[in-house]
Amino acid sequence: MTAEQIIFLITSAIILAGALMVVSARKLLHAALWLVVVLFGVAIFYAILQASFLAVVQVVVYIGAIAILFIFAVMLTRRELRDQGPQTHKNWWLPALIASMLLVSLVSIIQSLPKSGLTPPALAEDFDGVRSLGMALVTPDSFLFPFEAASILLLAALVGAVYIASSGEKKGRQK
Amino acid sequence: MTFADFLNNPIQFIGDWLTQVLTNWGLSDSLATILVYLVGITVLIVFAMVLDIGLVWVERKVVARFQDRLGPNRIGPFGIFQPFADIIKLVIKEDITPAGADKIIFNIAPVLAATSVIALWAILPLASSIFGTDLNVALLYVVAAGALGTLAIIMGGWSSNNKYALIGAFRMVANMVSYEVPMVIILLIPTILADSMSLQGIIEAQRGIWFALLSPLGFLIFFVCAIAELGRTPFDLVEAESELTAGFNVEYSGMKFGWFYASELLHAFTFGGFIAILFFGGYGGFFGLEKVSGFAWLTNPFIEAAVFIAKAMFGYWAIMWVKYTLPRIRIDHMLAFNWKFLVPLSLVVLVTTAILHKVLIVLPTWQYVLGMFASNLVIASGTIEILRAEGRKRDRFSVQPAKKQEQIS
Repeated sequence: MTAEQIIFLITSAIILAGALMVVSARKLLHAALWLVVVLFGVAIFYAILQASFLAVVQVVVYIGAIAILFIFAVMLTRRELRDQGPQTHKNWWLPALIASMLLVSLVSIIQSLPKSGLTPPALAEDFDGVRSLGMALVTPDSFLFPFEAASILLLAALVGAVYIASSGEKKGRQK
Repeated sequence: MTFADFLNNPIQFIGDWLTQVLTNWGLSDSLATILVYLVGITVLIVFAMVLDIGLVWVERKVVARFQDRLGPNRIGPFGIFQPFADIIKLVIKEDITPAGADKIIFNIAPVLAATSVIALWAILPLASSIFGTDLNVALLYVVAAGALGTLAIIMGGWSSNNKYALIGAFRMVANMVSYEVPMVIILLIPTILADSMSLQGIIEAQRGIWFALLSPLGFLIFFVCAIAELGRTPFDLVEAESELTAGFNVEYSGMKFGWFYASELLHAFTFGGFIAILFFGGYGGFFGLEKVSGFAWLTNPFIEAAVFIAKAMFGYWAIMWVKYTLPRIRIDHMLAFNWKFLVPLSLVVLVTTAILHKVLIVLPTWQYVLGMFASNLVIASGTIEILRAEGRKRDRFSVQPAKKQEQIS
């Protein structure tokens, strides 16, 4: 086993345990913090795969923004931060069925993969992932259109949020 | 391997020597490399923490100067051994965990706070040959490490089961999430100017001219955002002694409080270092002097490290200067200042810098520098004019009711 494989196995174990804790933790805030552990594990995966940009963005966006907003929302909205009720509902068997089917199909796909020759090809010495990603985002042949479409969507969301907030403020003043 | 080799590249020299010793003992090459890396990481962290002990003394001495006091002056010359007494006091203090606290999170929080700062040291280049690693996404890494610091403060504030601590944590989120926006925008300016996101690349690009001269407004906005990110006055709503007793760390005692305190000081110093790297040439930036014959010694790693520490200390001092001079601002003012002033201004500065950089780069260097500097002056004066007009408008509105009252009376 190489060092990469050892790190991969340890990280996977942590991610799986963390994901289990996300859905089973009694305290909502603990669940949110376990989610942070899971997201951090995924960032480690990206780092192992030499995708340094994705690894860092994973931490910035998912932990720095989304997980912190989750925690914030949980702290603001819930008076009692402990979930007292039963942790399953009466339709629990349906998602369990879907999940086990997904597991079976994934295992069968992994079984059909070749067992050897799975080491990734070495990257070129001067390979710059960030630069190639940036070039891909502004090249019309590759991702220029989806990139611009996503930007317009985000801009529309931004303008919409500002509009809703400001019109609410005006109404408040009129009263 | 001679003494000259050691002087020219000390870390490489010691690393090679250690690897050789370990392989001579019969360890395999890969195991020896891992061990040497572990030793390197430990040495880096120990260096940062020892520097931190010094920073406690520096901070206390400087705040004493600003407040017209003497500061610590009893233990050792100029009170230089005072931090050791402080540490002994913190270590032997009773370690209290509040009864209603969430014990695990309560104990992880100070560790995470220290981790988020020490993680920054992994990419901090002390000299051209003394650095942890040279990431090609270093600037984003800085933001990511800041996110972990926020998380530590939320965890500490929430798990203490104390309303003051929780309010401190809430304020921290509002503070960090908003001030991260102009900071990320401004971090793009060194990226554009240097054509690289790696800190080494940014420093190499400043061998000739500092980015602070090309984008003085960018530097100022980054400076403000750094202070906000650190949660220092005037943005210290997280701690706000007069309102929240001590904010998020009110329930912490002994060395757990010590970790929060130590990581705050080291964080401030590290951001002083980042200001030096991004806008003042880091360990280099002698305006091309090192190429002149007779000044080649400027590229010696020891000299570079000394220059970097001096520049970082100056940045740290400037942060302290602001901290001990300005009063705390109110939270609505803080958020309005960010969203209505810093974010639009940083966007304007970014777009102007990006366009002018491409247009002016073909000109001779002195015209390029002058053009960039002048564009910043134009933006700054335009901003001041807009603010003045806005201020007049507000004055008119606020004066009118007073006049009416006079008429009535």
